[in-house]
Amino acid sequence: MEPRTPLLIVSPSPHLHAGLTTSGMMGTVLLALLPAAATAIYLFGLPALRVLLVCVLGSVAIEALWQKATDQPITVRDGSAALTGLLVAFNLPASSPWWLSLLGATLAIVVGKQVFGGLGHNPFNPALVARIVLLISFPSAMTHWTAPQPGRFLADAITAATPLSESQSAVMLSGHLPQHISEFSARYLLGSMPGCLGEVSALVLFLGALFLLWRGVISWHIPVSYLGTVTLLSGIFWLMDPGRYPHPMFHLVSGGLMLGACYMATDLVTSPLTTRGMLLFGCGCGLFTVLIRLFGSYPEGVAFSILLMNAVTPLIDRYVVPRPFGMDRGRELI
Amino acid sequence: MICRSFPGGTHPPGHKTATAHAPSLICPLPAELVIPLAQHVGAPALPCVTAGQQVARGQVVGRADGFVSVPVHASTSGLITAVEPRPHPCGAELPAVVLQPDGEDAWAEEYQKQSFHVLSVEAMLERIREAGVVGMGGAAFPTHVKLDPPQGKSIDTVIINAVECEPWLTADRRVLLEQMEKVFTGLEILKEVSGAGHAYIGLEDNQPDVAALLAPHCQKRDIGLAVLPTRYPQGAERQLIYAVTGRRVPARGLPMDVGVLVQNVGTIAALTDAVTRGRPLIERMVTISGPGVIRPQNLRVRIGTPVAHLLKQCGVTEEPAMVILGGPMMGVAQHTQAIPVVRGTSGVLAFRRQDVPITTAGPCVRCGRCVAACPMRLQPTFIADYARRDELDLAERFAARNCIECGSCSFICPANIPLVQSIRYAKGAILARRRRM
Repeated sequence: MEPRTPLLIVSPSPHLHAGLTTSGMMGTVLLALLPAAATAIYLFGLPALRVLLVCVLGSVAIEALWQKATDQPITVRDGSAALTGLLVAFNLPASSPWWLSLLGATLAIVVGKQVFGGLGHNPFNPALVARIVLLISFPSAMTHWTAPQPGRFLADAITAATPLSESQSAVMLSGHLPQHISEFSARYLLGSMPGCLGEVSALVLFLGALFLLWRGVISWHIPVSYLGTVTLLSGIFWLMDPGRYPHPMFHLVSGGLMLGACYMATDLVTSPLTTRGMLLFGCGCGLFTVLIRLFGSYPEGVAFSILLMNAVTPLIDRYVVPRPFGMDRGRELI
Repeated sequence: MICRSFPGGTHPPGHKTATAHAPSLICPLPAELVIPLAQHVGAPALPCVTAGQQVARGQVVGRADGFVSVPVHASTSGLITAVEPRPHPCGAELPAVVLQPDGEDAWAEEYQKQSFHVLSVEAMLERIREAGVVGMGGAAFPTHVKLDPPQGKSIDTVIINAVECEPWLTADRRVLLEQMEKVFTGLEILKEVSGAGHAYIGLEDNQPDVAALLAPHCQKRDIGLAVLPTRYPQGAERQLIYAVTGRRVPARGLPMDVGVLVQNVGTIAALTDAVTRGRPLIERMVTISGPGVIRPQNLRVRIGTPVAHLLKQCGVTEEPAMVILGGPMMGVAQHTQAIPVVRGTSGVLAFRRQDVPITTAGPCVRCGRCVAACPMRLQPTFIADYARRDELDLAERFAARNCIECGSCSFICPANIPLVQSIRYAKGAILARRRRM
């Protein structure tokens, strides 16, 4: 039977919408990360561009293929796969071969996201799942750092160590920090140091995060509690022994902390729903980051700590619940 | 005055300028009035007229059926052509008295003017009930019931709700501007009937002109003028009470549990007419607006006037794609323009096809915006999720029944999930299950 043309549309209230959409949010985060991507290309040249392209295009293609193969609607237009791909690229060294980048994208999309049911259902941050799997499976490729050569796109790569691994091995060997790290310099702020694509531009990443805050895509709770906890804890250790423990400012601008605190820990799907939960989550991330950086066997702990707190997120959501307006106590939600 | 800020809330666009400043007009009588017998919360009125009978303006056509019920009156003089089920704003077909106006518009009897100061509280309550005064903000709860708290409960504060936080609607604003004396008289009546010592008028700060106009009057009469930040749903009863007095109405309680009585501006004006002149509630201010309306305006409309007649008065750009009774946040989209204006109808909005995007819900990305926006501090995404899976126990434990259905969660949701619809379902299903048990 031919459906009759409806005379009046009937739908449940509200009949207005704020206009913010999931794809709009993803697009805004991508926009906020573009300056950091440009910085990475400026510092590391064409290899960085290759990693970025392989990861982003690979993620989108793999998500589309997976959804086609599993007979689901193809949703790559929502931008989440592209964003995941960009974040995977930010977690890889510029020297990553194409297959490592593509493997990272595949791990993030398939193991990190789609096996759980796609967008909104993954318990762990997909890009970090990819990073950790690659780090454990290909430790040498994942820690083969090249020194940044600003603006020299075709220069030969020079192997170097990241400030974090440098400081860790120095402390392990000699018991104190190398001179240039205990004397913090502004070059770290601008990103002139070896590292992953998204580890080397703390200032640009921070500005991007301010843009996201202004646009209302992320809230301040996780970045502030995360960075605050790191500053506080590393500050205590620095005060105890400045020769052995780096200055808090060094912690803030080195490694993946800025990327992690502003873009990975704030991942909507894998972080708590309530503001109190977010604060707790951020503090937990900060605690584990400092512990791993100072006492762990890996020089960098951002990825591990965020994944660890991702695992705790359902628990936080269960126990940190708002008290309904007009009720005396919280409900027994256990 | 406290002016606290309730939790959550959203900022929908106001769209009020189109109708805010023009004086209201009297809407001409339509060819046929459809006066539903159920225009209030509680038992519907019982019809006391039959087809073929002549009635006068203000004559009772439906008797109140019990304490939580009010009579229904003929909105003009004319001939009763039918007493039959007709489309009702709630979506169903419900019994209504169909009236063909004779054009005389003659009152049933000469209503005498009488100072309310000589009336006893009981006599005033009786007049309010007989006049069929109900909450005109939308809920349509019988006013005499609210004014008559059970033993052991007392009211110390009266708040007039002039917040009107729904976009497009300016009916309360026009009543306040055009019938200010009635509102102040009604406030005195309310204080006298309820025994309250404090009175406030709650207003949003997007109406500085009204606030400036009211300020000297309020000062003279010792009425607190609460100019509250514009935020939806500032006009919701619990949120307004918290903002003005700092008192939290218990989740399962009523405003009278914290000694507060809230009345909408339009209700106050109707109540004054009832007490001082014995006039029944047969007319109300209605905002006719929306992007599909050519001449948006406030009309004084007889109860029972079909929506089609109102839209013809104001002109529509094209055949509307959506017609909403009430505001866009909580109003109900109607399936036919034959729907009549009832006592709780604050607005009629017409949307064109391009104003009604048909969206599909995506997966929840757990952004937490619904949690942040909920003025009752609930977790809409969880409740809606449990409702969809029919896990009523869990929905209830997450306080589904506290939801005031303001729609803030659905409004803000980036995935377009119809959260409030699912929660509304859960509330109904929980209540139905309780009745069965």
